[in-house]
Amino acid sequence: MIKAGELVEPGSTRITKTGAWRTFVPVIEHDRCIKCSLCEIYCPESCIHQEKGLFVPDFEYCKGCGICSHECPRKAITMILEEK
Amino acid sequence: MQNLLAPGHRACAGCSMPIVIRLVLDAAGPNTIVVSPTSCLEVTTTPFPESAWEVPWIHSLFENAAAVASGVEVVMKRQCKDTNVLVIGGDGSTFDIGMGSNSGMFERGHKITYICYDNEAYMNTGVQRSGSTPFCAITTTTPAGELSLGNPRPKKDMPAIALAHGVPYVATASIAYPVDLRKKVKRALQVKGPSYIQVNAPCITGWTYDTGNTIEIARLAVETGLLPLFEYLNGELGEVKKIRRPKAVDEYLKVQGRFRHLYKQPGGAEIIKSIQEIANRNIEKYKLVD
Amino acid sequence: MMKVVEGSYAIAHAALCCAPDVVSAYPITPQTHIVEHLSQMVADGELKAEFLTVDSEFSALSVLVGASAAGARCYSSTTSQGLALMYEVLYNVSGMRLPIIMTVANRALGAPLNIWNDQQDSIGARDAGWIQLYAENVQEAVDTTVQAYKIAEDIDIRTPIMVCMDGYILTHVYEPVELLDKEKVAGFLPPYHPNYILDPQNPKTFGAFADPSTYTEFRYLQYEAQRKAMPKIEIVAKEFAEVFGRDFGGLLDSYRTDDAEVIILTMGSVIGTIKDAIDQMRSEGKKVGLVKVRSYRPFPAKALMKELENAVAIAVIEKDLCVGNEGALLTDIKAALYNSKLRMPIIGFTAGLGGRDITIKDIRKVAEKASAKDSIESEFEFLNLRKEIL
Repeated sequence: MIKAGELVEPGSTRITKTGAWRTFVPVIEHDRCIKCSLCEIYCPESCIHQEKGLFVPDFEYCKGCGICSHECPRKAITMILEEK
Repeated sequence: MQNLLAPGHRACAGCSMPIVIRLVLDAAGPNTIVVSPTSCLEVTTTPFPESAWEVPWIHSLFENAAAVASGVEVVMKRQCKDTNVLVIGGDGSTFDIGMGSNSGMFERGHKITYICYDNEAYMNTGVQRSGSTPFCAITTTTPAGELSLGNPRPKKDMPAIALAHGVPYVATASIAYPVDLRKKVKRALQVKGPSYIQVNAPCITGWTYDTGNTIEIARLAVETGLLPLFEYLNGELGEVKKIRRPKAVDEYLKVQGRFRHLYKQPGGAEIIKSIQEIANRNIEKYKLVD
Repeated sequence: MMKVVEGSYAIAHAALCCAPDVVSAYPITPQTHIVEHLSQMVADGELKAEFLTVDSEFSALSVLVGASAAGARCYSSTTSQGLALMYEVLYNVSGMRLPIIMTVANRALGAPLNIWNDQQDSIGARDAGWIQLYAENVQEAVDTTVQAYKIAEDIDIRTPIMVCMDGYILTHVYEPVELLDKEKVAGFLPPYHPNYILDPQNPKTFGAFADPSTYTEFRYLQYEAQRKAMPKIEIVAKEFAEVFGRDFGGLLDSYRTDDAEVIILTMGSVIGTIKDAIDQMRSEGKKVGLVKVRSYRPFPAKALMKELENAVAIAVIEKDLCVGNEGALLTDIKAALYNSKLRMPIIGFTAGLGGRDITIKDIRKVAEKASAKDSIESEFEFLNLRKEIL
């Protein structure tokens, strides 16, 4: 596993599911969404992506920071306390 | 948007630094090599055996990112490759310990775009004062106390230092204005020489605010005039981002824990006034308000 | 081609023959002439390398980190204060397994400020993970520079190498040197093709941080690589001898040790003087010999044991001092021999610090003290200490 010189494969942090960190989880009301894509642009985890035209967070990685909710111009994203 | 920074990195929830990286890499594209100094960026994105970087990336030491990038750049030049060579590093490394290395890279004229994500302190080691820490901000080495109102020194003017080296493209940018940031990165990459972009990067842990407010705080920095968004091309001031509705610095200061002492301690009100004066001077100098 | 040249020129020429892609330079006496000659070679189109005049020695080695990681063959040279300034980068280069070759023109470290020769600089950096090869004369420094690339770039070794030569004594001397033929060196040295480089076509991350669960294994791999380097150093020296007709030894070399009772152990240019002193003493019937340590790191403990096993006494002469203990080479050889059956007395002398001459008279004094056998006065001392100015 250890390669001399500490070389590491690209994108390999995907193995760590930072979704386990969160307390709050974003809920997107797709009816209110105007597809401005600001949530995708601002997400620090690169985990909001488009799926069949809808903006969807990847809950494996979402840390629940709330930036998407705070910045959504249509208040289409709400942060709720996640039931675990 | 090209996602050249994978999820799973260890940055704090709501950290601005990954937002900076994602926007910069979106503008630069996959034909890019990134050099980073020791920083929050480095430790959170590359814990062995993992790396969040989808482009080639190298970390050497704290103070030599610009020098290492110089070595990469000459090899790209030698091999006639048009690969972008970027440094993405924090303010501690850029403003302080890496000054010598940066100065050398600037004056040798390498085609390197140097992006400083500026969170205004040594955050990786737990929020200590750097040359970039603004006047009267609290850090662990400039705490508020009986005899102290926080950092006693003004913020070092790193863009001016880059300009003094004749760096052909010098700009400030903000994650609250992602289109502007991307445009500036693309412009910098066209320059046949060094370029320097300082990106304001709010830090939840160091500036003390709630995780969802990162972009909001970045926006307030610009709207108060404390962070003028400008570009210099070949030493001449180019475009500036006008402030449509200027806000008092108070709106920016009061939402951050690192300035909260100014609202409690004697002498704090004077300081807030002098910070407002800094903002006013910026507004005048760069004609930020029509 | 045999030519009378300055030592520095000979080294620059050796580097030229190795066809480095990137050379970095920062001035510091007494290696400055090396980089000056290299820059003239670049200016004249002789050396087709990227030549960077950088802002400090720290940057000098740092730019090579980037260049080497991007796949370039690299060269630089430094000394003393410069080597001390790049101390952090030394560990970085060896830890990242970048096969950079650097000439160290050995010089004293300040304070007090001193520009003359001793070996405190490179010996002080002996733990930084670099292979260290010490040259006895200019020709050897030339030959070793070429051999260094072959050893360092070997896929199983990938360890940077310091080629150490005594500052002024070897850098500024004018003597006949066989300047190498570029084509012949090109035939001897395969082109540099590392497995992984910074390449957008095949992105990799270099220099991730390793926590306690993996750090030790990285160091172990370096330790292993230096162990593998020991036979490789021998092999490359032999291969070089076959092509170029000269052999200055692999890990070690020896002079008149066959029936030697006292063996002097040392590194570097003082060997020339010692050989003359030995010839003198031999003509008087004294059985003195010399073992030269060429590879100081990796430390050739087993090979040394074999060379020294029949000595009645060993005297170490070295141009360094571990303040707070004794000489480094003295400590290393005593440690190497401790667990063996060999129990001859080993005494050590620190000499030549700050460029003080070591004379034939001094060497004879050392041999005499070592010959005292059962009545050795002191285990470690400063040779030619000027008590009158203390």
